[in-house]
Amino acid sequence: MERTIRVLVAKPGLDGHDRGAKVIARALRDAGMEVIYTGLRQTPEQIVSAAVQEDVDVVAMSILSGAHNHLFPRVMELLKEKGVEDVLVIGGGVIPDDDIPGLKGAGIAAVFTPGSPTGDIIEFIKKNLKRKA
Amino acid sequence: MSDTDSIKKGFEAYDSGVEKSIARFPERKKSFVTGSKSPVKRLYTPLDDAGRDYARDVGFPGEYPYTRGVQNTMYRGRFWTMRQYAGFSTAEESNKRYKFLLEQGTTGLSVAFDLPTQIGYDSDHALSQGEVGKVGVAIDSLADMEILFDGIPLDKVSTSMTINAPASVLLAMYIAVAEKQGVSPDKLEGTIQNDILKEYVARGTYIFPPAPSMRLITDIFAYCSKSVPNWNTISISGYHIREAGSTAAQEVAFTIADGIAYVDAAIKAGLDVDQFAPRLSFFFNAHNDLFEEVAKFRAARRVWAKVMKERFGAKSPKSLSLRFHTQTAGSTLTAQQPDNNIVRVAIQTLAAVLGGTQSLHTNSKDEALALPTEASVRIALRTQQIVAYESGAAETIDPLAGSYYVESMTDRIQKEAEAYIATIDGLGGAVKAIEKGYVQQEIQDAAYAYQMDVESGERVVVGVNKFQIEEGSPKGLLRVDPIVGERQAAKLKELRAKRDNRAVEGTLAALKAGAKGDANLMPLILDAVKAYATLGEICDVLRAEFGEYQQKVIL
Repeated sequence: MERTIRVLVAKPGLDGHDRGAKVIARALRDAGMEVIYTGLRQTPEQIVSAAVQEDVDVVAMSILSGAHNHLFPRVMELLKEKGVEDVLVIGGGVIPDDDIPGLKGAGIAAVFTPGSPTGDIIEFIKKNLKRKA
Repeated sequence: MSDTDSIKKGFEAYDSGVEKSIARFPERKKSFVTGSKSPVKRLYTPLDDAGRDYARDVGFPGEYPYTRGVQNTMYRGRFWTMRQYAGFSTAEESNKRYKFLLEQGTTGLSVAFDLPTQIGYDSDHALSQGEVGKVGVAIDSLADMEILFDGIPLDKVSTSMTINAPASVLLAMYIAVAEKQGVSPDKLEGTIQNDILKEYVARGTYIFPPAPSMRLITDIFAYCSKSVPNWNTISISGYHIREAGSTAAQEVAFTIADGIAYVDAAIKAGLDVDQFAPRLSFFFNAHNDLFEEVAKFRAARRVWAKVMKERFGAKSPKSLSLRFHTQTAGSTLTAQQPDNNIVRVAIQTLAAVLGGTQSLHTNSKDEALALPTEASVRIALRTQQIVAYESGAAETIDPLAGSYYVESMTDRIQKEAEAYIATIDGLGGAVKAIEKGYVQQEIQDAAYAYQMDVESGERVVVGVNKFQIEEGSPKGLLRVDPIVGERQAAKLKELRAKRDNRAVEGTLAALKAGAKGDANLMPLILDAVKAYATLGEICDVLRAEFGEYQQKVIL
């Protein structure tokens, strides 16, 4: 039997818009994944420590406040510092197209902007897992 | 044969004819629903009016139960206030945007604060990194507030401030700036959002737990009723509840349940209902389903009037009438083909106006992508002006009254909302229902159902799941210079060196003592603000005394 994919859905920074994060969390759960949702106001340090502790395969972060250029790369840095390299990290929210290449350069595997179907996100995760499920 | 009988007969004949024709030519869909997924009948007729009493349930504008509007002349007296929510970067930048908006014909200001300000952190706090000046203007102290309103006479504009957990602090700063301009507090007009309960369920900028938060709120009610009598002391908000995914009826229900909790708290604090209730105001969403939204606004007024009269025994007409601000629904804006958003906003604007709003913010077409540019803000404002001056919608009061459909839906939303309020009463009121996660769960279920309907194609979103095109990246989006954070931090450093730090410590110590006891905290916060204590310092004192709210995470 296939191992269940474990996902940490996280809200970094001070942004309180969590409709998207919660909808995604539920859709991933309905797709058979095990989902841990952090709740609001997580620092990059808290997210990375939760990812390690929960031994997740995927970290999915959502920001609508515009702080993505600061917070997403910071999470990547901290993961690297901890030697975590087999976790797939994706992001979403109100993120201008122009910012996406920079975020990908920092190691965010994909950025899903408003209107993205949850099915696309599920498929992306299944195809791009770094650990073999 | 009576009128009703003949209509009944006519309807039966019509209906059997329809059955025959749809057997050959089926309708577009098996079932038709509103934007909030309530069933919609093929046809509404006078038969749907049964059980409604005009005088009791509809009435006249400016009269109980206020279904038709809160003033007796409505927009024939004057239009709604066109109030565009704005603010970003530094106080200097935002001050320029406000002056631009006033030149373009807005009639009231609406201040957006950045997240650190909304959560009571100074710009140089570790948690503020990356967030300073992003979703609104960064305000750390009275010095920033002085710049924000520089050259804007506070006795001439009304100002709405979207600030909740630290509402007392920002209101105190506003009062202090006005005093420096020579404007006394009794001349000030405006609104603070000050609605913490919806922060716990939908918006997220809470600081303190419910009990001390309710105290801060009722302290403001008491203070303003004496010293700032024309200030709207709270804007009880359904807007964010709807944005989080609720239905129209839930928006009305949860907002009014929150309202009930605030009134209860104020009465418990010893205030007289007719002294503070006239300054309670509301804030709703204008979504896409035109008729359902109009019905929602009408139902909200009726539900609140009944609550205030029957539950709280309020007597002043101003206590009974639900005045509200509206914002068009941000969640309906699409990143795809953003020009289409102009049309969505126009329909939503019409809904707000036909629903009798007192003020309105129209969203800009680029808000699913970034903060709006000046050019797109102008279109959003022009949309209101076109509805006001060209559409004819403002020439008579409550023009959709008497529509079989709209009246029937008004009744339906009232009924659904009252059923929810009864459930919340059963749980022990809004605060308890939120602590138990009931409200959050209801909203999330609706949000998830909506998303699944979009993904199955049952609900069409033009440009997203139908009529898509290949499009390039949008150009010319507004960007906030990341240097803002450093600039604010430098300003803070200078402020802390320059001000009288003994005076700051003195006022903060007095605030601490006040927070331990049961003094009204408003005057103490005003003293601290005037001594140039920072927002973060003031909130830290309160954090130490009150503790911090721990979110109930529900999936």
